[in-house]
This record gives sequence, C-alpha cells and structure tokens, in this order.
Amino acid sequence: MATTTCTTNTPKIEKKPKVLVLQRINAYFEGVLSPHFDLLKADESSLPIPAFLSTHCRHIRALLVMAPIGTFGSSLLDQLPSLGLIACTSAGVNHIDIDACRKRSVAVTNAGEMFTPDAADYTVGLLVDVLRRVVMADRYVRNGSWMLKGDYPLGSKVSGKRVGIVGLGSIGSHVAKRLTAFGCPISYFSRAPKPNYPSYTYFPNVLDLARESDVLILSCALTDETRNIINRDVMIALGKDGVVINVGRGALIDEPELVRCLKEGVIGGAGLDVFVNEPEVPEELTHMENVVLSDHRAVTTPESFKNVLELAIANLDAFFSGKLLLSPVSC
Amino acid sequence: MDKIGVLVTHKPLPYLEQELTRRGCRLFRLWESPESRRLEFCRENSSEIRAIVGNSNFGADAATIDALPKLEIVASFSVGLDKVDLPKCKERGIRVTNTPDVLTDDVADLAIGLTISVMRRIPSADKYARSGAWKKGEYTLTTRFSGKRVGILGLGRIGLAIAKRAEAFDCPISYYSRSEKPHPNYTYYSTPVDLASNCDILVVACALTEETRHIVNRAVIDALGPKGVLINIGRGPHVDEPELVAALVEGRLGGAGLDVFENEPHVPEELFALDNVVLVPHVASATIETRTAMADLVLGNLEAHFLKKPLLTAVV
Repeated sequence: MATTTCTTNTPKIEKKPKVLVLQRINAYFEGVLSPHFDLLKADESSLPIPAFLSTHCRHIRALLVMAPIGTFGSSLLDQLPSLGLIACTSAGVNHIDIDACRKRSVAVTNAGEMFTPDAADYTVGLLVDVLRRVVMADRYVRNGSWMLKGDYPLGSKVSGKRVGIVGLGSIGSHVAKRLTAFGCPISYFSRAPKPNYPSYTYFPNVLDLARESDVLILSCALTDETRNIINRDVMIALGKDGVVINVGRGALIDEPELVRCLKEGVIGGAGLDVFVNEPEVPEELTHMENVVLSDHRAVTTPESFKNVLELAIANLDAFFSGKLLLSPVSC
Repeated sequence: MDKIGVLVTHKPLPYLEQELTRRGCRLFRLWESPESRRLEFCRENSSEIRAIVGNSNFGADAATIDALPKLEIVASFSVGLDKVDLPKCKERGIRVTNTPDVLTDDVADLAIGLTISVMRRIPSADKYARSGAWKKGEYTLTTRFSGKRVGILGLGRIGLAIAKRAEAFDCPISYYSRSEKPHPNYTYYSTPVDLASNCDILVVACALTEETRHIVNRAVIDALGPKGVLINIGRGPHVDEPELVAALVEGRLGGAGLDVFENEPHVPEELFALDNVVLVPHVASATIETRTAMADLVLGNLEAHFLKKPLLTAVV
C-alpha cells in the first residue's frame, strides 16, 4: 500500500513593501510604482499630516519625494523613526536636509543622470533661442510684423562663442559636448579641475570664468556655497554682450540683481528655466525681449520620467533587499 | 570701383551700403520702386548698371538681365542662387558669385535651435512663464530631442554641419542626396520618402532646383508621420506648403520649425494658432557676424571683378 504524503504548499504571498508618499502622486507615476510597492498616500487621508504620520507611519522605512517642493528635514524625520531611505525623483535635492538625514542614518537617492540629456538639450535650446532671438522672431511672424515692418533685427552668432560652465558635472559635461560641436571653446568652474576633460579650460573662481566667457551656463547643485554665485560682479565681468543660461535652481542667481543688470545693459541677455520663488517670475523680466523665460520644464519629458521612475524602483528594491543603492546622494 | 553702377535689389546691411558708397559705386536702389515699376527702373538706368547685388528674395531673373545690357556680374548676398537665371548669365558671359561657407555655421545652429524649440515647445514655455498663469508644481510634458533619428535632405556644407551638431546629441544620422557620399557613420536612403520613413526629424538642407521643388510633398509628409518633425532652413518652395499646413492642422505631422515660406513674407495664418510649430522670418544667416562676413564676400567679389582679378566665390 502506498503512503500518500499530502503537503500543502501555501504560496508565500510577498507583501509589497510600504512606501510613504506625502505629495500628490499623478496617475502615471502611481501606475508604474504600484505593482512594486504598497503606496501609503498622505493626501488620501482625512487626517492632517502630523496625525497621519503618528498614526500610520511609525514603521515606514521608505519615503518617495517627487517634486522638489517643500522642505524635508528634522521635524519630519523625527516623526518617521523607522525611516531608512528618502527616494527622490528629482536631480536636485536642495529641498532635503541632507545633514539631518545623515545624522539619522537615512539614505537619500536622486534621479542620477536620468534627466541629464533633456537638461543639456534644453540648455542648448535656450542659448540658441536667446542669441538668435527665436522666441521673439516667432512672435514677430505671428503678429503680422514681418508683413508690415520687414526684416527682423539681427541676432548674434552661436558658433564660436566662448562658453563658461559653472559646475562640470553630468549636465555640464553633456552641455559641453553639445556646444563643442557648435565650435564653442569650453571653460568651466568647478570645486576642483576635472582631469577627464583636458580640452576644457579650468578657472578657479566664477569671476575669472565670467571674464573669459561670452556665455555662462549654470548647471551646478544649489548649496550654501553656490547660492547667489552669480552676483553683480560676475555679471559685470561677463559684460554687456554676455548671456546667462540657468537650468539649475533660481537661487544660483541674485535675482533682483539680474533684473537690474538686464535693465541697465550690464549683460546682454538671459535664458531662465528656474526662478527663486516659482511660479513667480519677476514682472520686469516679462517685458524684456532679450530674455527667454520658461516654466521649469527643462527635464519634463516622458523619456526622462520613465527612466527616473525605473531608477527610483531600482533604488527602493535595492534598499528593501539590503543591497547597494544605485544613485545615493553623497554629502 | 569708382562710379560703377550697382543695382541693389533689397535693403542692404548698412555696412554693405556704406562700403559700396565709400568705394565710389553709384547705387541704384531697386527695392525703393514699387514692384510694377521695377523693370522700368532698370531700363532707365541701364547705361550705368554694371553689377547687381541680389539676395534670396530677388536676384537676377531673365527679364532683369535683358533690361541691363551692361551687366557684368551678379554678386548674390546669399548662398542659394535659385533667384538667379544661371543659364542666361552663362549665355551672356555674366559672372555670378554667392556667399558660401561664411553662413554655414549660423544656418546649422538655427536648424538645431529650431528643432529643440519645436520639440521642447520653448516659445510656449516663454509665453506661459510671462503670462502669470503658471501654477506651482504644474509642468508640461514635451518630447526628448537627444537620441532621435535625424534625416537630412542634402548633405552639402550645411547638411554636414547640421549632422555634426546632431551627432553631439547622440542622434543617428541619415540622409538623402543625388548620390551616396563617403560617410560610413551616416545612413544613405535613395529616396526622400524612404528617408522620411526612417527618421523622426527631417531637415531640408539642399539647394532649390527644378528637381528639388516640392521635394517635401504629401508622400514625404505622410511618411514622416504624426510624431515626425519637419525643419525647413532651405527654401519655401522645397515644401508643398498647403499640404504641410493641412498635415499640421489635422495632426498628421507632429511639428515643424520653419525659417522659409513659399511666398515670403506671407506665412499661412492657420499656423499661428499651433504650438507645435516655430516660425521665424528667414533669419538663418541673420547675425551681425555672418551678415558682415557675407558683405565682405560680396565686396571682395565685386572688387576682384572690376580689378580683373580672380573672383573669390564664383559659381558662373
């Protein structure tokens, strides 16, 4: 007689790791993330945030931060005692108190290089549009002026302009590669010279860089050292035909001073995707023809978002399985 | 060039006008006459006019050449010579010069600038940022340029300069030309439709001739498709304009960056409401640096001719 052994194999249902979301999450992001994680959404609760945190978040180990808006520091971290990771889908992390995180052994990951191609493309687009007056020329055509007034005033040649890059990181080096194909000699300021780029000229400070440049490109992180790194002295050194392009953070530039310098003709023009207090744009800029303004869209493409979400998922997966994070932010 | 009569067909760069005058030329300003009177103006002054300085709008057509028996040279303030009757000039022994090379960079810069501006909707972004309507946290999705397939109609000086720039954006390059060129990195297609079927961004960068008129027709536009972008820095007549407008309005073409139009300065008004087009008024060489260099070439060619020296950039 055969003995039958009956074993019941109960499949182990892997519970999806919980990830806290404090900001409103859009349908696309949610659709990509929810198969992997159990999203705990604060904005779906009727509780105010502090109550929500103390009631539901004591065991939360990971927080997802999408838009670089708000501040994520000590007071929040104190209410998330189990937190081990803040996964950001932005490149910039100036809205995260990195020190406070380090003190509490909370790791922070960002978008890595996922936004880099779009940011670099947009930078070049802004530069060409400022020097060649593309936006204003487009308006000139659409309001019938070409018919009535004849030729549009001349712009300024892009090829060959001396380009000075503030921050030769991922975005800065991609901008440099693009503008090199336009015949632009590249110089840069960075915390230290980059031996990987021997054909680019290093300057030890922004003032010297500005003196030897026709265009200044801002592609560095916003930190205490880089706040207002573009000030009046730098703009005077850049000169009356000089152009500033900013796709980093608004606060890299002394904004009221920038407006003054543009008004006074201290510099020749600017291309700005970011502002100190978005969505506020200094009113005087909105009347100027030698600037191109933009609503912080340098990186918002489906391609970037897809890549950034994949990276965020990879970082969260690595965290929950005790593996090395892919895009940790160092001090 | 003392007392040499020069017919200037268009309002010139002030520097060019000053220099022609300084060198002793007598200027006949054709653009100041109403269109209906222009041939008459030429005939009235035909005993003096020995040179024409033309441009991309008005060069030297057969009627004008016939009205000027003393014409010796047409120095075009452009690289394109579609507005100059070249066979007639050859027949009459009239020299023809243009302004190649000095404007190549500007045109290529603008081609890339227009491409990014269309795909990333920069004019819309600017309008929105100035409007006060921008709300916190809102953003607009636009499509990436880097890595997209760029197809170039015509791989001459300008086409190559565009290719070089697009490569820096990791764009695979393909092209159509009358014959295959020795560029192993660039993919050759033997028809414009094949090229359009295999690229995301189609750039017109060839000369305007009988063969290339309406090279971008309905079939090419259909092949480029609802996600495709057309960039025209060539000549308006390269593109079947009514077909282009219909395709854009109906969403059968993804977008366009246009520097030239079939009947400048007329631009089809149906395009004004679209935010997937960028329209500029024939400015591909319109920088102070390049226009000055073009003027120097025109002056150099004229001087060389009247001093019986070899011309700098002769086409005929």
